[in-house]
Amino acid sequence: MANINELKKLSTQVRRDIVRMVHAVSSGHPGGSLGCVEYLVALYKVVMKNDPSAFTMDGKNEDLFFLSNGHISPVFYSVLARSGYFPVEELKTFRKLNSRLQGHPTTHEGLPGVRIASGSLGQGMSVAIGAALAKKLNNDDRTVYSLHGDGELQEGQIWEAAMYASANKVDNLISTVDYNGRQIDGDVEDVLSLGNLRAKFEAFGWTVLENKNGNDIESVINSFNEAKALLGKGKPIIILMKTEMGMGIDYMMGTHKWHGSAPNDEQLAKALAQLEETEKDY
Amino acid sequence: MKKYTYTEKKDTRSGFGAGLSELGKSNPNVVALCADLTGSLKMDAFQKAHPERFFQIGIAEANMMGIAAGLTIGGKIPFTGTFANFSTGRVYDQIRQSIAYSGKNVKICASHAGLTLGEDGATHQILEDLGLMKMLPGMVVINPCDYNQTKAATIAIADYEGPVYLRFGRPTIPNFTPADQKFEIGKAVMLNEGTDVTIIATGHLVWKAIEAGEALAAKGISAEIINIHTIKPLDTDAILKSVLKTKCVVTAEEHQMNGGLGDSVAQFLIRNKPTPQEYVAVNDSFGESGTPDQLMTKYGLDTIDIINAAEKVIKRK
Repeated sequence: MANINELKKLSTQVRRDIVRMVHAVSSGHPGGSLGCVEYLVALYKVVMKNDPSAFTMDGKNEDLFFLSNGHISPVFYSVLARSGYFPVEELKTFRKLNSRLQGHPTTHEGLPGVRIASGSLGQGMSVAIGAALAKKLNNDDRTVYSLHGDGELQEGQIWEAAMYASANKVDNLISTVDYNGRQIDGDVEDVLSLGNLRAKFEAFGWTVLENKNGNDIESVINSFNEAKALLGKGKPIIILMKTEMGMGIDYMMGTHKWHGSAPNDEQLAKALAQLEETEKDY
Repeated sequence: MKKYTYTEKKDTRSGFGAGLSELGKSNPNVVALCADLTGSLKMDAFQKAHPERFFQIGIAEANMMGIAAGLTIGGKIPFTGTFANFSTGRVYDQIRQSIAYSGKNVKICASHAGLTLGEDGATHQILEDLGLMKMLPGMVVINPCDYNQTKAATIAIADYEGPVYLRFGRPTIPNFTPADQKFEIGKAVMLNEGTDVTIIATGHLVWKAIEAGEALAAKGISAEIINIHTIKPLDTDAILKSVLKTKCVVTAEEHQMNGGLGDSVAQFLIRNKPTPQEYVAVNDSFGESGTPDQLMTKYGLDTIDIINAAEKVIKRK
């Protein structure tokens, strides 16, 4: 396992990648991306068994990850690249013509590390369940992970999937909710309250874990370990992970405004001044 | 006119069930998913023989499409089963993003398509599904004509890598395709060679096209009859070859005029060999409750409508 300081340094570099990527094309979704850095760094650097150098669509005998809230593609791409799935240099093609790094993740251009298109919300939990069922049929004992936005939980398909997973004991699945409390139009509480999310998932038959420090990488790793210990016990597992949208850049925190807008030149400089270049910029 | 006979009338959905059942035995990667319509889709035999490979999803079609997409990751070949309405319009975005755009090897199998669903009425009688599905890049769209052809198509699509929409129906209709006829995706079946008019039909309209051909022959009109079981990719070679000879065409389908087989044929011909064409299809209308026969008559999808269209289009040459 990588040491915590190294993971923290990598997280800072990933944040630099995110703001540089969205700044370069004046579009994209920095807020949620910045909030999920620790989750993805922990997943790809510590938690999952996977082989970035030999990506296959089927991923047999590997752990799989599905990003359901595809708009946070910048953090996904940065972590994939910095895990070795494709050259870090390719991050500069994000959202540009003829790129494998589409605005939202796709399989269409053959980008290693991506197994499903996402962006239209609410679909990834169903896909993750399907992949988990295939693993069971193949006697493959690895785990399927998925990430969902909290606003995304307003989609009905999520609850179809949640109902199915517990009724059918899909217990090789660890889903996580990026519980940052914000969506494009404002606070989730104001747009459409999720009510008691823990109670909802418990009522749907899931084992629910909570993490109140989703931007503390040690804490995230601990939650994954706790979740892994609950695999194979007849219930799907979900981690409600509190994060801060825009984490790491002072002016992007505490607001929903940076959900889907990119910084200008001046704002980029201000952001980068807060983020040390720990690995080489692409 | 070549003589076509049949020993019994059977429903195309049972052809699907029989094909799926055979696949269960022959291909261990085939899995089946159903959204609470196992009996209607005739998936019971597969379910009974392979319970570990059958997934009862409940009334949650969006989730079914997503799970099917996920099952392909790991090498499974999922066949989803529900009514055509719930296989397409209800889950269009799920199919578009998780299956078509993602290039997943899912077979979307859709029963009770069109007016012949009958008494349940327009809520369930989808007449837009071929159009919806053929617009998706990379989607293969198949609408076989009888029990034997549906069974053969079901078996054939398991060997094709990529998303497929397979459409079939509820009523019993003449089963005339030879049981041993090979099903080739994208390859039209020539039913009768003729010289005066080309009739291109799909699905339940194929038998009616044969009946129309017999009636036209009695009037001294020689109809070339082509069974287009694959709407996409369209067998444009067969179509072009035929219209070069007959110089006019009738298309017949249990679907809206907008966006169906007729539009695919017209789109091809207008760029390659502009040809007078008449449509036998539903004219921008929802259906209603009634028996399948009553509905096919009321909405202009009967044998007589094909005959009339043929006579009309011949005059336009």
